[in-house]
Amino acid sequence: MPGITREEVAHLGRLSRLELKDEELDHFAEQLDEIIGAVARVSEVAGEDVPPTSHPLPLTNVMRPDTVRPSLTPEQALSGAPAQEQQRFKVPQILGED
Amino acid sequence: MTDLTRLTAAETAAKIASGETSAVEVAQAHLDRIAAIDEKVHAFLHVDTDGALAAARAVDDKRARGEKLGPLAGVPLALKDIFTTEGVPTTVGSKILEGWIPPYDATVTKRLKAAGIVILGKTNMDEFAMGSSTENSAYGPTSNPWDLTRIPGGSGGGSSAALASFQAPLAIGTDTGGSIRQPAAVTGTVGVKPTYGGVSRYGMVAFSSSLDQGGPCARTVLDAALLHEAIAGHDPLDSTSIDAPVPPVVEAARNGDVKGLRVGVVKEFAGEGYQAGVMQRFNESVELLRELGAEVVELSCPSFSYALAAYYLIAPSECSSNLARFDGLRYGLRTGDDGTRSAEEVTSLTREAGFGPEVKRRIMLGTYALSSGYYDAYYGSAQKVRTLITRDFERAFTDVDVLVSPTTPTTAFPIGERADDPMAMYLADLCTIPANLAGNAAMSLPCGLAPEDGLPVGLQIIAPALADDRLYRVGAAVEAAFTARWGHPLLEEAPTL
Repeated sequence: MPGITREEVAHLGRLSRLELKDEELDHFAEQLDEIIGAVARVSEVAGEDVPPTSHPLPLTNVMRPDTVRPSLTPEQALSGAPAQEQQRFKVPQILGED
Repeated sequence: MTDLTRLTAAETAAKIASGETSAVEVAQAHLDRIAAIDEKVHAFLHVDTDGALAAARAVDDKRARGEKLGPLAGVPLALKDIFTTEGVPTTVGSKILEGWIPPYDATVTKRLKAAGIVILGKTNMDEFAMGSSTENSAYGPTSNPWDLTRIPGGSGGGSSAALASFQAPLAIGTDTGGSIRQPAAVTGTVGVKPTYGGVSRYGMVAFSSSLDQGGPCARTVLDAALLHEAIAGHDPLDSTSIDAPVPPVVEAARNGDVKGLRVGVVKEFAGEGYQAGVMQRFNESVELLRELGAEVVELSCPSFSYALAAYYLIAPSECSSNLARFDGLRYGLRTGDDGTRSAEEVTSLTREAGFGPEVKRRIMLGTYALSSGYYDAYYGSAQKVRTLITRDFERAFTDVDVLVSPTTPTTAFPIGERADDPMAMYLADLCTIPANLAGNAAMSLPCGLAPEDGLPVGLQIIAPALADDRLYRVGAAVEAAFTARWGHPLLEEAPTL
Protein backbone atom coordinates (compact mmCIF):
# COMPACT_ATOMS: atom_id res chain seq x y z
CA MET A 1 0.00 0.00 0.00
CA PRO A 2 1.41 3.42 -0.93
CA GLY A 3 2.28 5.88 1.83
CA ILE A 4 -0.29 8.42 3.00
CA THR A 5 0.42 11.83 1.47
CA ARG A 6 -0.52 15.23 2.83
CA GLU A 7 -3.01 15.53 -0.06
CA GLU A 8 -4.70 12.34 1.11
CA VAL A 9 -4.86 13.65 4.67
CA ALA A 10 -6.46 16.84 3.37
CA HIS A 11 -9.00 14.71 1.48
CA LEU A 12 -9.71 12.59 4.58
CA GLY A 13 -10.10 15.82 6.54
CA ARG A 14 -12.71 17.05 4.07
CA LEU A 15 -14.60 13.73 4.18
CA SER A 16 -14.44 13.81 8.00
CA ARG A 17 -15.56 17.47 8.21
CA LEU A 18 -12.31 18.57 9.82
CA GLU A 19 -10.91 21.92 8.64
CA LEU A 20 -7.32 20.80 9.23
CA LYS A 21 -4.59 23.39 9.63
CA ASP A 22 -1.68 23.32 7.25
CA GLU A 23 0.82 22.27 9.92
CA GLU A 24 -1.40 19.31 10.90
CA LEU A 25 -1.27 17.75 7.43
CA ASP A 26 2.37 16.57 7.49
CA HIS A 27 2.20 15.40 11.08
CA PHE A 28 -0.98 13.38 10.53
CA ALA A 29 0.32 12.01 7.22
CA GLU A 30 3.35 10.56 8.97
CA GLN A 31 1.34 9.13 11.87
CA LEU A 32 -1.52 7.72 9.78
CA ASP A 33 1.02 6.13 7.46
CA GLU A 34 2.66 4.39 10.40
CA ILE A 35 -0.66 3.22 11.87
CA ILE A 36 -2.05 2.00 8.55
CA GLY A 37 1.21 0.21 7.85
CA ALA A 38 0.89 -1.61 11.17
CA VAL A 39 -2.78 -2.57 10.91
CA ALA A 40 -2.65 -3.66 7.25
CA ARG A 41 -1.59 -7.14 8.39
CA VAL A 42 -5.24 -7.99 9.10
CA SER A 43 -5.56 -8.88 5.42
CA GLU A 44 -2.90 -11.62 5.76
CA VAL A 45 -4.79 -13.95 8.01
CA ALA A 46 -8.42 -14.65 7.14
CA GLY A 47 -9.40 -16.62 4.06
CA GLU A 48 -12.40 -16.13 1.75
CA ASP A 49 -14.39 -18.68 3.76
CA VAL A 50 -14.28 -16.74 7.04
CA PRO A 51 -17.48 -14.77 7.60
CA PRO A 52 -17.18 -11.24 9.03
CA THR A 53 -18.31 -10.42 12.59
CA SER A 54 -19.77 -6.96 13.04
CA HIS A 55 -21.05 -7.39 16.57
CA PRO A 56 -20.56 -9.74 19.54
CA LEU A 57 -24.29 -10.41 19.91
CA PRO A 58 -26.30 -12.13 17.18
CA LEU A 59 -29.12 -9.58 17.28
CA THR A 60 -31.39 -8.49 14.46
CA ASN A 61 -34.01 -5.77 14.55
CA VAL A 62 -34.83 -5.48 18.23
CA MET A 63 -38.38 -4.11 18.24
CA ARG A 64 -40.50 -2.54 20.96
CA PRO A 65 -44.23 -1.84 21.04
CA ASP A 66 -45.05 1.46 19.37
CA THR A 67 -46.45 3.17 22.44
CA VAL A 68 -46.26 6.75 23.61
CA ARG A 69 -43.81 7.30 26.47
CA PRO A 70 -42.38 10.35 28.20
CA SER A 71 -39.65 12.19 26.32
CA LEU A 72 -37.73 15.45 26.57
CA THR A 73 -39.73 18.66 26.47
CA PRO A 74 -38.83 21.12 23.69
CA GLU A 75 -37.09 23.29 26.32
CA GLN A 76 -34.98 20.34 27.48
CA ALA A 77 -34.16 19.25 23.93
CA LEU A 78 -33.08 22.77 23.04
CA SER A 79 -31.23 23.39 26.31
CA GLY A 80 -27.81 22.74 24.77
CA ALA A 81 -28.45 24.38 21.40
CA PRO A 82 -25.79 26.87 20.27
CA ALA A 83 -28.63 28.95 18.79
CA GLN A 84 -32.39 28.58 18.71
CA GLU A 85 -35.45 30.34 17.37
CA GLN A 86 -39.18 29.60 17.74
CA GLN A 87 -38.55 26.30 19.58
CA ARG A 88 -36.24 25.10 16.82
CA PHE A 89 -32.51 24.61 16.39
CA LYS A 90 -31.15 27.61 14.50
CA VAL A 91 -28.44 26.49 12.09
CA PRO A 92 -26.28 28.15 9.42
CA GLN A 93 -27.42 28.01 5.81
CA ILE A 94 -27.56 24.39 4.57
CA LEU A 95 -28.66 24.75 0.92
CA GLY A 96 -27.19 27.19 -1.64
CA GLU A 97 -29.06 30.26 -2.98
CA ASP A 98 -30.08 28.57 -6.20
CA MET B 1 -11.28 7.59 64.85
CA THR B 2 -11.88 5.60 61.70
CA ASP B 3 -10.79 7.30 58.50
CA LEU B 4 -13.99 6.90 56.49
CA THR B 5 -12.10 7.18 53.19
CA ARG B 6 -10.05 4.03 53.90
CA LEU B 7 -13.06 1.71 54.25
CA THR B 8 -14.30 -0.63 51.54
CA ALA B 9 -17.71 0.07 50.01
CA ALA B 10 -19.18 -2.97 51.78
CA GLU B 11 -17.85 -1.77 55.16
CA THR B 12 -19.10 1.76 54.52
CA ALA B 13 -22.60 0.58 53.64
CA ALA B 14 -22.71 -1.60 56.77
CA LYS B 15 -21.66 1.30 59.02
CA ILE B 16 -24.31 3.55 57.48
CA ALA B 17 -27.01 0.88 57.75
CA SER B 18 -26.17 0.25 61.42
CA GLY B 19 -26.12 3.95 62.23
CA GLU B 20 -22.46 3.88 63.28
CA THR B 21 -21.90 6.71 60.82
CA SER B 22 -24.13 8.70 58.48
CA ALA B 23 -24.09 8.95 54.72
CA VAL B 24 -23.54 12.70 55.06
CA GLU B 25 -20.45 12.14 57.23
CA VAL B 26 -19.10 9.67 54.68
CA ALA B 27 -19.78 12.02 51.76
CA GLN B 28 -18.20 14.95 53.60
CA ALA B 29 -15.09 12.92 54.44
CA HIS B 30 -14.61 12.14 50.76
CA LEU B 31 -15.34 15.72 49.63
CA ASP B 32 -12.71 16.88 52.16
CA ARG B 33 -10.22 14.34 50.82
CA ILE B 34 -10.89 15.54 47.27
CA ALA B 35 -10.41 19.17 48.33
CA ALA B 36 -7.16 18.26 50.07
CA ILE B 37 -5.41 16.15 47.44
CA ASP B 38 -7.07 16.27 44.03
CA GLU B 39 -4.98 19.24 43.06
CA LYS B 40 -2.09 16.75 42.90
CA VAL B 41 -3.95 13.90 41.22
CA HIS B 42 -6.55 15.66 39.04
CA ALA B 43 -8.93 12.69 39.05
CA PHE B 44 -12.05 14.86 38.89
CA LEU B 45 -13.24 17.20 36.15
CA HIS B 46 -16.25 18.27 38.17
CA VAL B 47 -17.08 17.82 41.85
CA ASP B 48 -20.80 17.96 42.62
CA THR B 49 -20.66 18.92 46.29
CA ASP B 50 -24.30 19.95 46.60
CA GLY B 51 -25.63 16.96 44.67
CA ALA B 52 -23.52 14.53 46.69
CA LEU B 53 -24.58 15.95 50.05
CA ALA B 54 -28.24 16.00 48.98
CA ALA B 55 -28.06 12.36 47.87
CA ALA B 56 -26.37 11.43 51.16
CA ARG B 57 -29.02 13.27 53.16
CA ALA B 58 -31.73 11.38 51.29
CA VAL B 59 -30.14 8.08 52.37
CA ASP B 60 -29.92 9.23 55.98
CA ASP B 61 -33.57 10.36 55.88
CA LYS B 62 -34.63 7.04 54.44
CA ARG B 63 -32.86 5.22 57.25
CA ALA B 64 -34.42 7.56 59.83
CA ARG B 65 -37.85 6.63 58.46
CA GLY B 66 -37.01 2.98 59.08
CA GLU B 67 -36.92 2.07 55.38
CA LYS B 68 -34.64 -0.69 54.18
CA LEU B 69 -31.41 0.50 52.51
CA GLY B 70 -29.83 -1.15 49.48
CA PRO B 71 -26.44 -2.91 49.79
CA LEU B 72 -24.50 0.21 48.65
CA ALA B 73 -26.75 2.96 50.00
CA GLY B 74 -24.76 6.02 51.01
CA VAL B 75 -21.49 4.83 49.45
CA PRO B 76 -19.69 7.54 47.44
CA LEU B 77 -18.75 6.97 43.82
CA ALA B 78 -16.68 8.68 41.13
CA LEU B 79 -18.45 8.61 37.76
CA LYS B 80 -16.52 8.65 34.49
CA ASP B 81 -17.41 11.81 32.57
CA ILE B 82 -18.77 9.76 29.66
CA PHE B 83 -22.13 9.09 31.33
CA THR B 84 -24.79 11.77 31.08
CA THR B 85 -25.92 13.32 34.35
CA GLU B 86 -29.00 15.51 34.36
CA GLY B 87 -28.07 19.04 35.41
CA VAL B 88 -24.38 18.17 35.90
CA PRO B 89 -21.75 18.88 33.18
CA THR B 90 -20.67 15.99 30.95
CA THR B 91 -17.64 16.66 28.76
CA VAL B 92 -16.27 13.23 27.70
CA GLY B 93 -12.89 14.90 28.22
CA SER B 94 -13.50 17.00 25.10
CA LYS B 95 -13.65 20.71 24.35
CA ILE B 96 -16.51 20.00 21.96
CA LEU B 97 -18.81 19.36 24.95
CA GLU B 98 -17.33 21.97 27.29
CA GLY B 99 -20.12 23.49 29.36
CA TRP B 100 -22.79 21.08 28.08
CA ILE B 101 -25.40 20.25 30.73
CA PRO B 102 -27.26 17.08 29.74
CA PRO B 103 -31.06 17.19 30.06
CA TYR B 104 -31.23 13.48 31.03
CA ASP B 105 -29.52 10.76 33.06
CA ALA B 106 -27.81 7.74 31.53
CA THR B 107 -29.35 4.42 32.62
CA VAL B 108 -26.21 3.75 34.69
CA THR B 109 -26.60 7.14 36.39
CA LYS B 110 -30.28 6.39 37.09
CA ARG B 111 -29.45 3.02 38.60
CA LEU B 112 -26.69 4.44 40.79
CA LYS B 113 -29.11 7.04 42.13
CA ALA B 114 -31.83 4.43 42.66
CA ALA B 115 -29.35 2.35 44.68
CA GLY B 116 -28.69 5.31 46.98
CA ILE B 117 -25.10 5.55 45.75
CA VAL B 118 -23.70 9.06 46.24
CA ILE B 119 -22.15 10.48 43.06
CA LEU B 120 -19.26 12.73 44.14
CA GLY B 121 -18.47 14.04 40.68
CA LYS B 122 -17.26 13.26 37.17
CA THR B 123 -13.82 11.83 36.48
CA ASN B 124 -11.18 12.72 33.93
CA MET B 125 -10.66 10.56 30.86
CA ASP B 126 -8.97 10.45 27.48
CA GLU B 127 -11.11 12.46 25.08
CA PHE B 128 -14.04 10.29 23.95
CA ALA B 129 -12.34 7.37 25.75
CA MET B 130 -9.65 7.23 23.07
CA GLY B 131 -6.36 6.56 24.79
CA SER B 132 -4.50 4.53 27.39
CA SER B 133 -3.06 7.26 29.61
CA THR B 134 -5.69 10.01 30.19
CA GLU B 135 -3.18 12.39 28.56
CA ASN B 136 -5.64 12.88 25.70
CA SER B 137 -8.07 14.73 27.98
CA ALA B 138 -8.68 18.28 26.80
CA TYR B 139 -8.56 19.29 30.46
CA GLY B 140 -5.05 18.09 31.30
CA PRO B 141 -3.69 14.74 32.45
CA THR B 142 -4.40 12.78 35.63
CA SER B 143 -1.52 11.50 37.77
CA ASN B 144 -1.01 7.98 39.08
CA PRO B 145 -1.28 8.10 42.90
CA TRP B 146 1.61 5.60 43.15
CA ASP B 147 3.93 8.02 41.36
CA LEU B 148 2.58 11.42 40.33
CA THR B 149 4.95 11.62 37.33
CA ARG B 150 3.31 8.55 35.78
CA ILE B 151 0.07 7.89 33.92
CA PRO B 152 -2.94 6.35 35.76
CA GLY B 153 -3.94 4.35 32.69
CA GLY B 154 -6.69 5.28 30.30
CA SER B 155 -9.11 6.04 29.16
CA GLY B 156 -10.59 5.79 32.66
CA GLY B 157 -7.56 7.19 34.48
CA GLY B 158 -9.63 9.60 36.57
CA SER B 159 -11.74 6.77 37.96
CA SER B 160 -8.75 4.52 38.75
CA ALA B 161 -6.77 7.38 40.29
CA ALA B 162 -9.75 8.40 42.46
CA LEU B 163 -9.88 4.87 43.88
CA ALA B 164 -6.15 4.50 44.43
CA SER B 165 -5.91 7.87 46.19
CA PHE B 166 -8.90 7.11 48.46
CA GLN B 167 -11.04 9.89 47.02
CA ALA B 168 -13.83 7.36 46.40
CA PRO B 169 -14.32 3.66 47.23
CA LEU B 170 -16.25 3.02 44.02
CA ALA B 171 -16.04 4.28 40.45
CA ILE B 172 -17.56 3.60 37.06
CA GLY B 173 -15.56 3.14 33.89
CA THR B 174 -16.10 2.13 30.30
CA ASP B 175 -14.04 -0.45 28.45
CA THR B 176 -13.81 -0.39 24.65
CA GLY B 177 -10.32 -1.91 24.37
CA GLY B 178 -9.22 -2.03 28.00
CA SER B 179 -10.19 1.36 29.46
CA ILE B 180 -11.43 -0.18 32.73
CA ARG B 181 -8.89 -3.01 33.11
CA GLN B 182 -5.68 -1.24 32.09
CA PRO B 183 -6.19 1.72 34.49
CA ALA B 184 -7.08 -0.79 37.24
CA ALA B 185 -3.86 -2.71 36.55
CA VAL B 186 -1.52 0.28 36.71
CA THR B 187 -3.12 1.73 39.87
CA GLY B 188 -3.45 -1.48 41.92
CA THR B 189 -7.25 -1.48 41.82
CA VAL B 190 -9.97 -3.83 40.57
CA GLY B 191 -11.80 -3.27 37.29
CA VAL B 192 -14.33 -5.38 35.44
CA LYS B 193 -15.48 -5.30 31.85
CA PRO B 194 -18.81 -7.14 31.99
CA THR B 195 -20.02 -9.30 29.13
CA TYR B 196 -20.90 -7.06 26.16
CA GLY B 197 -24.53 -6.02 26.66
CA GLY B 198 -24.42 -6.65 30.42
CA VAL B 199 -24.62 -2.97 31.37
CA SER B 200 -26.77 -0.50 29.42
CA ARG B 201 -25.04 1.93 27.05
CA TYR B 202 -27.98 4.37 27.11
CA GLY B 203 -26.61 7.80 27.95
CA MET B 204 -23.01 6.61 27.64
CA VAL B 205 -21.41 8.74 24.92
CA ALA B 206 -20.66 6.34 22.06
CA PHE B 207 -17.13 5.68 20.80
CA SER B 208 -17.28 2.22 19.22
CA SER B 209 -20.73 0.80 19.77
CA SER B 210 -19.97 -2.88 19.16
CA LEU B 211 -17.13 -2.75 21.73
CA ASP B 212 -18.08 -0.12 24.37
CA GLN B 213 -19.03 -1.60 27.73
CA GLY B 214 -19.58 0.19 31.04
CA GLY B 215 -18.53 -1.55 34.21
CA PRO B 216 -17.51 -1.37 37.87
CA CYS B 217 -14.21 -0.16 39.36
CA ALA B 218 -13.36 -0.66 43.04
CA ARG B 219 -10.61 -1.45 45.52
CA THR B 220 -11.86 -4.98 46.30
CA VAL B 221 -13.43 -7.79 44.30
CA LEU B 222 -16.54 -7.83 46.51
CA ASP B 223 -17.07 -4.07 46.12
CA ALA B 224 -16.81 -4.44 42.33
CA ALA B 225 -19.41 -7.23 42.46
CA LEU B 226 -21.82 -5.16 44.55
CA LEU B 227 -21.49 -2.29 42.08
CA HIS B 228 -21.77 -4.64 39.10
CA GLU B 229 -25.09 -5.92 40.45
CA ALA B 230 -26.34 -2.36 41.01
CA ILE B 231 -25.78 -1.22 37.42
CA ALA B 232 -26.25 -4.39 35.32
CA GLY B 233 -29.35 -5.83 33.74
CA HIS B 234 -31.62 -5.42 30.76
CA ASP B 235 -32.55 -1.93 29.62
CA PRO B 236 -35.20 -1.48 26.93
CA LEU B 237 -33.54 1.84 26.01
CA ASP B 238 -30.44 -0.03 24.75
CA SER B 239 -31.33 -2.50 22.03
CA THR B 240 -28.01 -4.34 22.50
CA SER B 241 -28.56 -4.84 26.22
CA ILE B 242 -28.86 -8.54 27.11
CA ASP B 243 -32.34 -9.63 28.15
CA ALA B 244 -31.23 -12.25 30.66
CA PRO B 245 -30.72 -12.41 34.44
CA VAL B 246 -27.54 -10.76 35.76
CA PRO B 247 -24.98 -13.49 36.60
CA PRO B 248 -24.72 -14.10 40.41
CA VAL B 249 -21.62 -11.95 40.81
CA VAL B 250 -22.02 -10.99 44.48
CA GLU B 251 -22.57 -14.58 45.57
CA ALA B 252 -19.47 -15.56 43.59
CA ALA B 253 -17.40 -12.77 45.17
CA ARG B 254 -18.42 -13.98 48.63
CA ASN B 255 -17.40 -17.55 47.78
CA GLY B 256 -13.96 -17.29 46.19
CA ASP B 257 -12.74 -20.72 45.13
CA VAL B 258 -10.60 -22.17 42.35
CA LYS B 259 -10.44 -25.83 43.42
CA GLY B 260 -10.75 -28.04 40.37
CA LEU B 261 -11.02 -24.97 38.12
CA ARG B 262 -9.34 -25.28 34.72
CA VAL B 263 -7.24 -22.20 33.99
CA GLY B 264 -5.70 -21.45 30.60
CA VAL B 265 -2.53 -19.45 30.08
CA VAL B 266 -2.53 -17.99 26.57
CA LYS B 267 0.90 -18.46 25.00
CA GLU B 268 0.50 -15.38 22.80
CA PHE B 269 0.35 -13.02 25.82
CA ALA B 270 4.11 -13.03 26.45
CA GLY B 271 7.40 -12.28 24.79
CA GLU B 272 8.77 -9.11 23.30
CA GLY B 273 7.48 -5.92 24.91
CA TYR B 274 6.51 -7.57 28.20
CA GLN B 275 8.32 -6.12 31.22
CA ALA B 276 10.26 -8.69 33.27
CA GLY B 277 8.67 -7.69 36.58
CA VAL B 278 5.19 -7.94 35.07
CA MET B 279 5.90 -11.47 33.85
CA GLN B 280 7.40 -12.39 37.22
CA ARG B 281 4.27 -11.32 39.11
CA PHE B 282 2.07 -12.98 36.51
CA ASN B 283 3.95 -16.28 36.78
CA GLU B 284 3.65 -16.10 40.56
CA SER B 285 -0.11 -15.63 40.15
CA VAL B 286 -0.30 -18.74 38.00
CA GLU B 287 1.69 -20.64 40.63
CA LEU B 288 -0.72 -19.34 43.30
CA LEU B 289 -3.71 -20.59 41.30
CA ARG B 290 -2.05 -24.04 41.20
CA GLU B 291 -1.44 -23.95 44.96
CA LEU B 292 -5.09 -23.05 45.49
CA GLY B 293 -6.16 -26.15 43.61
CA ALA B 294 -6.64 -24.98 40.02
CA GLU B 295 -5.49 -27.02 37.08
CA VAL B 296 -3.36 -24.81 34.83
CA VAL B 297 -2.76 -25.54 31.15
CA GLU B 298 -0.97 -23.55 28.49
CA LEU B 299 -2.86 -23.06 25.26
CA SER B 300 -2.59 -21.14 22.02
CA CYS B 301 -4.95 -18.56 20.53
CA PRO B 302 -3.06 -17.82 17.30
CA SER B 303 -5.42 -15.09 16.05
CA PHE B 304 -4.82 -12.97 19.15
CA SER B 305 -1.64 -11.63 17.57
CA TYR B 306 -3.88 -9.89 15.01
CA ALA B 307 -6.28 -8.45 17.62
CA LEU B 308 -4.56 -5.09 18.04
CA ALA B 309 -4.51 -4.49 14.28
CA ALA B 310 -8.17 -5.48 13.91
CA TYR B 311 -9.16 -3.29 16.85
CA TYR B 312 -7.43 -0.21 15.41
CA LEU B 313 -9.51 -0.60 12.28
CA ILE B 314 -12.86 -1.53 13.82
CA ALA B 315 -12.88 1.02 16.66
CA PRO B 316 -11.85 3.99 14.47
CA SER B 317 -14.35 2.94 11.79
CA GLU B 318 -17.20 2.92 14.28
CA CYS B 319 -15.97 6.15 15.87
CA SER B 320 -15.83 7.96 12.54
CA SER B 321 -19.52 7.25 12.20
CA ASN B 322 -20.53 7.80 15.86
CA LEU B 323 -18.73 11.13 16.16
CA ALA B 324 -20.47 12.52 13.08
CA ARG B 325 -23.19 13.67 15.49
CA PHE B 326 -20.85 16.35 16.84
CA ASP B 327 -21.70 18.81 14.12
CA GLY B 328 -22.06 22.04 16.12
CA LEU B 329 -25.72 22.31 15.22
CA ARG B 330 -27.79 20.94 18.08
CA TYR B 331 -25.58 20.97 21.19
CA GLY B 332 -22.01 21.54 22.24
CA LEU B 333 -19.45 23.85 20.68
CA ARG B 334 -20.18 25.91 17.54
CA THR B 335 -17.32 27.81 15.93
CA GLY B 336 -17.17 30.27 13.04
CA ASP B 337 -20.91 30.93 12.63
CA ASP B 338 -20.56 34.55 11.50
CA GLY B 339 -23.51 34.57 9.10
CA THR B 340 -21.38 34.14 5.98
CA ARG B 341 -20.53 30.46 6.31
CA SER B 342 -22.59 27.41 5.36
CA ALA B 343 -23.56 24.75 7.89
CA GLU B 344 -20.95 22.43 6.42
CA GLU B 345 -18.19 25.01 6.86
CA VAL B 346 -19.29 25.75 10.41
CA THR B 347 -19.34 22.02 11.20
CA SER B 348 -15.80 21.57 9.84
CA LEU B 349 -14.49 24.56 11.80
CA THR B 350 -16.26 23.39 14.97
CA ARG B 351 -14.85 19.86 14.74
CA GLU B 352 -11.36 21.18 13.98
CA ALA B 353 -11.50 23.41 17.08
CA GLY B 354 -13.35 20.96 19.35
CA PHE B 355 -11.54 17.66 18.80
CA GLY B 356 -8.01 16.86 19.98
CA PRO B 357 -5.31 15.13 17.87
CA GLU B 358 -6.07 11.51 18.85
CA VAL B 359 -9.78 11.91 18.08
CA LYS B 360 -8.94 13.46 14.71
CA ARG B 361 -6.48 10.65 13.94
CA ARG B 362 -9.07 8.00 14.70
CA ILE B 363 -11.85 9.70 12.75
CA MET B 364 -9.59 9.96 9.69
CA LEU B 365 -8.30 6.41 10.13
CA GLY B 366 -11.88 5.12 10.27
CA THR B 367 -12.89 7.23 7.29
CA TYR B 368 -9.94 5.76 5.39
CA ALA B 369 -10.72 2.17 6.40
CA LEU B 370 -14.36 2.52 5.33
CA SER B 371 -13.74 4.29 2.03
CA SER B 372 -14.50 2.43 -1.19
CA GLY B 373 -11.44 0.71 -2.56
CA TYR B 374 -9.99 0.13 0.91
CA TYR B 375 -13.07 -1.27 2.67
CA ASP B 376 -12.44 -4.97 1.93
CA ALA B 377 -8.71 -4.86 2.69
CA TYR B 378 -9.12 -3.00 5.99
CA TYR B 379 -12.54 -2.97 7.65
CA GLY B 380 -13.69 -6.18 5.95
CA SER B 381 -10.51 -8.06 6.89
CA ALA B 382 -10.66 -6.76 10.45
CA GLN B 383 -14.19 -8.13 10.81
CA LYS B 384 -12.96 -11.53 9.65
CA VAL B 385 -10.16 -11.41 12.21
CA ARG B 386 -12.87 -10.72 14.76
CA THR B 387 -14.50 -14.00 13.77
CA LEU B 388 -11.19 -15.86 14.13
CA ILE B 389 -10.60 -14.37 17.59
CA THR B 390 -14.10 -15.36 18.69
CA ARG B 391 -13.42 -18.91 17.44
CA ASP B 392 -10.10 -19.01 19.35
CA PHE B 393 -11.96 -18.10 22.54
CA GLU B 394 -14.69 -20.68 21.88
CA ARG B 395 -12.09 -23.38 21.36
CA ALA B 396 -10.17 -22.33 24.48
CA PHE B 397 -13.31 -22.35 26.61
CA THR B 398 -14.07 -25.95 25.66
CA ASP B 399 -10.80 -26.87 27.43
CA VAL B 400 -10.69 -24.36 30.30
CA ASP B 401 -13.07 -22.38 32.53
CA VAL B 402 -11.15 -19.10 32.48
CA LEU B 403 -8.09 -17.61 30.79
CA VAL B 404 -5.46 -15.57 32.62
CA SER B 405 -2.80 -13.14 31.43
CA PRO B 406 -1.03 -10.00 32.54
CA THR B 407 -3.52 -7.13 32.10
CA THR B 408 -0.88 -4.88 30.55
CA PRO B 409 2.58 -5.60 29.14
CA THR B 410 4.21 -2.93 31.34
CA THR B 411 3.59 -0.99 34.53
CA ALA B 412 2.56 2.70 34.40
CA PHE B 413 4.81 4.66 32.04
CA PRO B 414 5.91 8.27 32.61
CA ILE B 415 3.53 11.06 31.57
CA GLY B 416 4.66 12.33 28.16
CA GLU B 417 6.63 9.22 27.16
CA ARG B 418 4.15 7.98 24.52
CA ALA B 419 1.97 11.08 24.16
CA ASP B 420 2.79 11.73 20.49
CA ASP B 421 3.60 8.14 19.50
CA PRO B 422 0.22 6.54 18.77
CA MET B 423 1.52 3.04 17.99
CA ALA B 424 3.52 2.86 21.25
CA MET B 425 0.43 3.99 23.15
CA TYR B 426 -1.77 1.38 21.44
CA LEU B 427 0.47 -1.44 22.73
CA ALA B 428 -0.82 -0.81 26.27
CA ASP B 429 -4.04 -2.57 25.20
CA LEU B 430 -2.39 -5.66 23.74
CA CYS B 431 -3.84 -8.12 26.28
CA THR B 432 -7.20 -6.49 26.90
CA ILE B 433 -8.50 -6.03 23.34
CA PRO B 434 -9.37 -9.66 22.44
CA ALA B 435 -12.12 -9.80 25.10
CA ASN B 436 -13.73 -6.67 23.64
CA LEU B 437 -13.68 -8.04 20.11
CA ALA B 438 -15.40 -11.26 21.24
CA GLY B 439 -17.67 -9.64 23.85
CA ASN B 440 -16.38 -11.75 26.76
CA ALA B 441 -16.29 -10.76 30.43
CA ALA B 442 -12.90 -9.86 31.92
CA MET B 443 -11.40 -8.53 35.16
CA SER B 444 -8.14 -7.02 36.28
CA LEU B 445 -7.02 -7.26 39.90
CA PRO B 446 -3.71 -6.47 41.62
CA CYS B 447 -1.10 -9.25 41.78
CA GLY B 448 1.83 -7.34 43.30
CA LEU B 449 4.39 -4.66 42.57
CA ALA B 450 6.99 -5.04 39.84
CA PRO B 451 10.37 -5.44 41.57
CA GLU B 452 12.21 -3.09 39.20
CA ASP B 453 9.96 -0.02 39.67
CA GLY B 454 7.70 -0.78 42.65
CA LEU B 455 4.57 -0.13 40.58
CA PRO B 456 1.38 -2.22 40.54
CA VAL B 457 0.90 -5.17 38.18
CA GLY B 458 -2.53 -6.44 37.14
CA LEU B 459 -3.70 -10.01 36.64
CA GLN B 460 -6.33 -10.36 33.93
CA ILE B 461 -9.00 -13.07 34.15
CA ILE B 462 -11.19 -13.69 31.09
CA ALA B 463 -14.45 -15.68 31.20
CA PRO B 464 -16.92 -16.64 28.48
CA ALA B 465 -19.81 -14.28 27.72
CA LEU B 466 -22.52 -14.38 30.42
CA ALA B 467 -20.17 -16.13 32.87
CA ASP B 468 -19.17 -12.92 34.66
CA ASP B 469 -19.61 -14.66 38.02
CA ARG B 470 -16.55 -16.83 37.27
CA LEU B 471 -14.37 -13.71 37.28
CA TYR B 472 -15.51 -12.89 40.78
CA ARG B 473 -15.18 -16.45 42.10
CA VAL B 474 -11.59 -16.64 40.84
CA GLY B 475 -10.78 -13.01 41.66
CA ALA B 476 -11.99 -13.32 45.25
CA ALA B 477 -9.87 -16.43 45.81
CA VAL B 478 -6.75 -14.81 44.34
CA GLU B 479 -7.34 -11.57 46.26
CA ALA B 480 -7.76 -13.40 49.58
CA ALA B 481 -4.60 -15.45 49.05
CA PHE B 482 -2.50 -12.45 48.01
CA THR B 483 -3.80 -10.28 50.85
CA ALA B 484 -2.89 -13.03 53.32
CA ARG B 485 0.57 -13.34 51.78
CA TRP B 486 1.21 -9.56 51.79
CA GLY B 487 -0.37 -9.11 55.22
CA HIS B 488 -2.54 -6.23 53.91
CA PRO B 489 -4.25 -5.03 50.72
CA LEU B 490 -1.76 -3.83 48.09
CA LEU B 491 -3.06 -0.24 48.21
CA GLU B 492 -1.83 0.07 51.80
CA GLU B 493 1.60 0.45 50.20
CA ALA B 494 0.60 3.40 48.01
CA PRO B 495 1.80 6.88 49.04
CA THR B 496 -0.74 8.66 51.27
CA LEU B 497 -0.35 11.95 49.31
